[in-house]
Parts: sequence; structure tokens; C-alpha cells
Amino acid sequence: MLIVEHFPVLVVAISMFAAFTILIAGWLLNKKCCFFISFITILVQFILSIFILHHVLTVGTITYWLGGWAPPWGIEYVVDALNAYILVILLFLSLVCVMYSKRYEEHEIPNKIVSYYVLYQLLVTGLCGVTVTGDIFNMYVFIEIFSLAAYALIASHGKIALKASLTYLVMGAIGACFFLLGIGFLYSVTGSLNMYDISCILKTGDLYTSRVVQAAFTFFIIGMGIKMALFPLHTWLPDAHSFAPAEISAMLSGIIIEVSTYALIRVCLSVFTVDFLEMYFPITTLICWTAAMAMIYGSVLAIAQYNLKRMLAYSSVANMGYIMLGVGLCMSSSFGLTPALMHILNHALMKGCMFLAAGAFIYKFDLWEIEDFRGLGRKMPYTTLSFILAALAMIGMPPSVGFVTKLYLAVACFQAGQFVFVAVIFFSTLLILFYFWRVIEYMYIRVEEEGATAKEVKVDEIPWSMLIPVLVLGILCFVVGVLWLVNTPAFPLMDIMDAVNAEFGLGVVP
Amino acid sequence: MPSKDTDTGTGKGGSIIVETVTRLMVPFIQLFALYVIIHGAGGPGGGFQGGVIFASSFVLYVIAFGIVKAGNRFSERANIVLFSTGVYIYAGVGLLCILFSYGAAQFLNYGYIPLTHHFEENRALGMDLVEIGIGITVMAVITSIFFNLVWKREEVGEREGED
Repeated sequence: MLIVEHFPVLVVAISMFAAFTILIAGWLLNKKCCFFISFITILVQFILSIFILHHVLTVGTITYWLGGWAPPWGIEYVVDALNAYILVILLFLSLVCVMYSKRYEEHEIPNKIVSYYVLYQLLVTGLCGVTVTGDIFNMYVFIEIFSLAAYALIASHGKIALKASLTYLVMGAIGACFFLLGIGFLYSVTGSLNMYDISCILKTGDLYTSRVVQAAFTFFIIGMGIKMALFPLHTWLPDAHSFAPAEISAMLSGIIIEVSTYALIRVCLSVFTVDFLEMYFPITTLICWTAAMAMIYGSVLAIAQYNLKRMLAYSSVANMGYIMLGVGLCMSSSFGLTPALMHILNHALMKGCMFLAAGAFIYKFDLWEIEDFRGLGRKMPYTTLSFILAALAMIGMPPSVGFVTKLYLAVACFQAGQFVFVAVIFFSTLLILFYFWRVIEYMYIRVEEEGATAKEVKVDEIPWSMLIPVLVLGILCFVVGVLWLVNTPAFPLMDIMDAVNAEFGLGVVP
Repeated sequence: MPSKDTDTGTGKGGSIIVETVTRLMVPFIQLFALYVIIHGAGGPGGGFQGGVIFASSFVLYVIAFGIVKAGNRFSERANIVLFSTGVYIYAGVGLLCILFSYGAAQFLNYGYIPLTHHFEENRALGMDLVEIGIGITVMAVITSIFFNLVWKREEVGEREGED
């Protein structure tokens, strides 16, 4: 057994270990060591995840039998190109956010540092667990772990955040219940919890027409739809995103809802197969139209917001629409899942950068409203620069990440013959341009209205441990965009996409 | 933290019967909990159930003697160390399997821990170790949750009294 094959379980186990080490070290020794333990652990996890991705691309899928028990009886961890890709994104964003959190949380909640980092580490544990597992009940357990950690982290600033967290808790619990009901229905029919095993039994047992199986599928869609804030089920998202601490907002928007999307993709395509979606349960048209509505609705409501974090939250609703449009079109274009998976990485970079920058304005000057941003471009030049890089990427300036997503999505729409969605993409781009231009205008252009004081502005930047994450994400918005387009051997992003599509039998024009 | 001068929780109205019965019951409940933990691998029960039974003995103690007296016996720090210890045992046994087999065996494949010379016996012992870890964690967490619930209500009462 190769040592790399142990890495999927090590990623989860050392994270769990670290969470409790932080607890003991923080309470018995020193509060300051919490951050360092968390940072080093996530760094090690990130390195492990890169080895996993490399192994998956060069050798093949990793299957790991926990305790040596064979799959239908024991828990199996399966890591293929899709898992490994999500795992790397997730750990990269966690690493960036934990670096940012050091000064931010020392400033905001100095008394709760220990519990904050314990919960953060548990959140990372849960997210990693969801991505590496190949057992559907194990996946549910990890979804609960990261959700519970996320509820507590959102509430960590107290006051109004408690209410937002409670809303999320109620909605998230309902979503998890639906997911569990789906698992129960499937288990009653197939008698198995291993994803691959279930898919084999469904196929060979000719169970696709069974009402129970179809009800289970509906439950999965609704449950994960709530967790990932799919348009009509997104009501918890704006409050939770705007009142959470900055780096938790970035994690929530950048990766937590995307991991739920991953769970949905995994259930739709690995447990239920493409055949089921094509012939027995044609839901892709519905997903496409819901996604289109989310793109318009999220953007329109984002225009109506005066609070920056709230505006970004509604923008997340719109961006989930982009991802789901990619999922909905996956069977009718030659790109397969590429646009959806592409946007998972792109959205993590853009939204991560913007939420961290929004947190920086709150940290430094306690500015929440967009109208108060007058002259901020001179006071905090680097933070605003990276915010604007991310905003331009969101609008879709070539060669940024947003441009690549929109290009691939539009071509996929043309291939599928769904021209109306091209119009929707174009229209939502106009709306995005409108609401980000307003922010840029206040930051850079409307300086004069403050009068003579604006002329001598001292540069007053955030500390470097917060600035580096924001800048790195802002610059990556454009670097990754170029990497998507040229596909160098060192960063074989397109090869990952091809591997995923080949695995699910997608990407072939019907 | 409990303050000693508050009236609540000092075991008011505690009758001699309840206290005596509790004194008698607690050791037996704990013994039964240990039995459930150790026999979890071969029979009904296991770490979780045993841990809950163990914690229920503390709950009984609090009901009979009041939270203050009980709180002096179990500190919050000891609880934290205990429930971390449980997780350490569980994950540690899992990692030891990988280490002792030089990467040949999977996480939690107990047979490869060289406790005895027989593979099957190692597996049984490893399972018991993991169950003990689970039991410690569950016991500490349930006790911690119960104590927090009781103390939080008292603190709110005090705060309202001050206002």
C-alpha cells in the first residue's frame, strides 16, 4: 500500500487531532498557540491534498477501506479527480482565511479565541470529510459536523448574528433531515450505504422506476438545495453571510455552499447515474430555469442593498445560479461539468477576496455601508486594489476567472441550443456591472464631495497578515483565469476537468 | 463558575433517603457502565451507551446533592482534558495501526497493533481500546453539557437579580 493512499484519511484524522489539541493547549497553556496549531495543521493538510491530487491524476482513483473492511460492510473513502479538486480548493481557502483570522479575531473577540479556533478546525474537518468519503451515511455525518461548526462560528460575534445563526440552524437542520430521509429511503430499497454499491444495485435491480428511489432523489435535491442556497431556498443566506465574521463569510460563500453543491453532484451522478437523470427523472431543465431565476433575482436584490456584505451575499445567490446552470447543462454540451466545477474555484477566489476586503474595512474603520466608502481608495490602496481586481473578475473582464466561466457557460448554452440562457448570462452581467461599479465609484471617484480634507490622506493599511490573503486572492483572480485558458503542464486544470467528465461519462455531444 | 453563597443548587430540600440511595446507586451505575463499555465489542452496548450511563451517574449525583457540591468535584478543565483524551485514544489507535504496520494496514485496522502474538486477539483488544476512548469522550461531553445547562440558568438568574 502506497503512503499516498493513506493521505485521505490522514487529512481528516490530523484535523480532528488538531481541533482537540487546540482546545487543550489553549485552555491549559497559552491562547496564542491556538492560531499557530491551526495554521500549521491546515498547511500540512493542504500539502497532503496536493499529493492526493497529483496521485489521482497520474495513477488513478484512491480507494481506502477503513479498518480493512471491504466496501459494502465497512466505510470506504474514495478520492477521484472531482474530490481531489474540491479538496485542494477547500484547503487553500481555509489556509488563507485562517491566516487572515489571526488579527481580525484578536480584535473582535479576544475572549473567545480558543473556542473560535477549535470550531474552525472542526469546520475544516467536516468539509474535508464530506469531500473524501465514498459512503453516503458518512457523508451525512460530516455534513452535520461542518454545519454545526458553521452555526456556532456565524454566531460568534453575538447580538444580531445570533438571530442569523438561528435562522441558518433551523433551515440547515431541515435540509439535513431531507438528506437523511433520502438516505433512509435508498437504504430501505437497496440495503447498502456505499455509494458505488448503491449505484450498482439501482442499475442491476432495475430500480430506477421505483417511486421510493425517485422520492429519495427529490429529497436529496431539496435537502442539498437548502444547504447550498439554491434560489427559492436561499432565505437563510443573506443574514448568515452578512453578520458572520469576515473570514467565516468568505468560507461560507466561497466553499461551504460549494461543498454542498459537490455533495449534490456526487449524489446525482455517482449514486444516481446519468442514465437516471436522462431517462427516468429529467430534472436538468428545471435546474437550469431555477438557476437562471437565481442569477437574475440575486443580482437585482444585490442592487437594492446598501450594506456591502449583504450585497455580496445576494451576489452569492446569483453565483450559485451560475454553478447550477453549469450542472443543469452538463449532459447537453461537450464541456460536461467543466463550467460548473470551474466556477466553484473561481467563485471561491472572487468571493473570498471580496469578503475578506469587506472585513478589512470593518476592522479598520468600522465601515459597513457602501456610501461611507468615500476616498477609501487612497486610505487603503492595496485592499481596495484587490477588491477591485475581484470585482472586475466578477463582472467578467478578460482574462479574469469570471470571464472564463461566462465564456464556457455561454458556449455550453449555444451547444445545448438554449439561447435564452445566453441572454440571461448577459443580462446578469449588466446587473453585476451596475452594483460593483457603484462600490468602485464611491471608493475612487466620489472623493471630492468630502471637501478639502480629502487631499491629504494618510495611507492606513491593515496589518500584513490580513493584507497578504486579500492580495493573494485578488491577484489569483487573474492568474487562474490565464491558467484556465492556456493549461500549462504545471497547473493542469483542464486535465482535471477532462478526468472528471470521463469518469461520469459526460462531455460527449449527444 | 458556581458561587457558594447563592441559595440555588446547594441541595435544598435534599432528603436523607434520596442522598443515601444515591450514595448506594452511583458505584453500581458506574460499574454497569464499565461493563457495557468493555462488552460493547461482543454484545449489546458499546462506548457510547456506556459513556452515557457513566454520565447519568453524575447527573443523579447532581440531582441529589446539588450543583455546587457536585461542581467542586468535577472541574471544567478536567472535563476538557477527559473528552480530548477520548478523541486522542480513538484517533491515536487508528494512527498506530498505520505506524506499526509501516503503512501496510489501514486506519483503525486493529489487528496490526502488536499487543499480543495473535492477530484476532489484537483486533479484539484494539476494539476495546477504541470503545474506551469513545466512552471517556461521551461521558465527559454529556457531563459537560448537563453542568453547563444547570450553571447557565443560575448565571442568568444572578444577572437578573443584579439588574
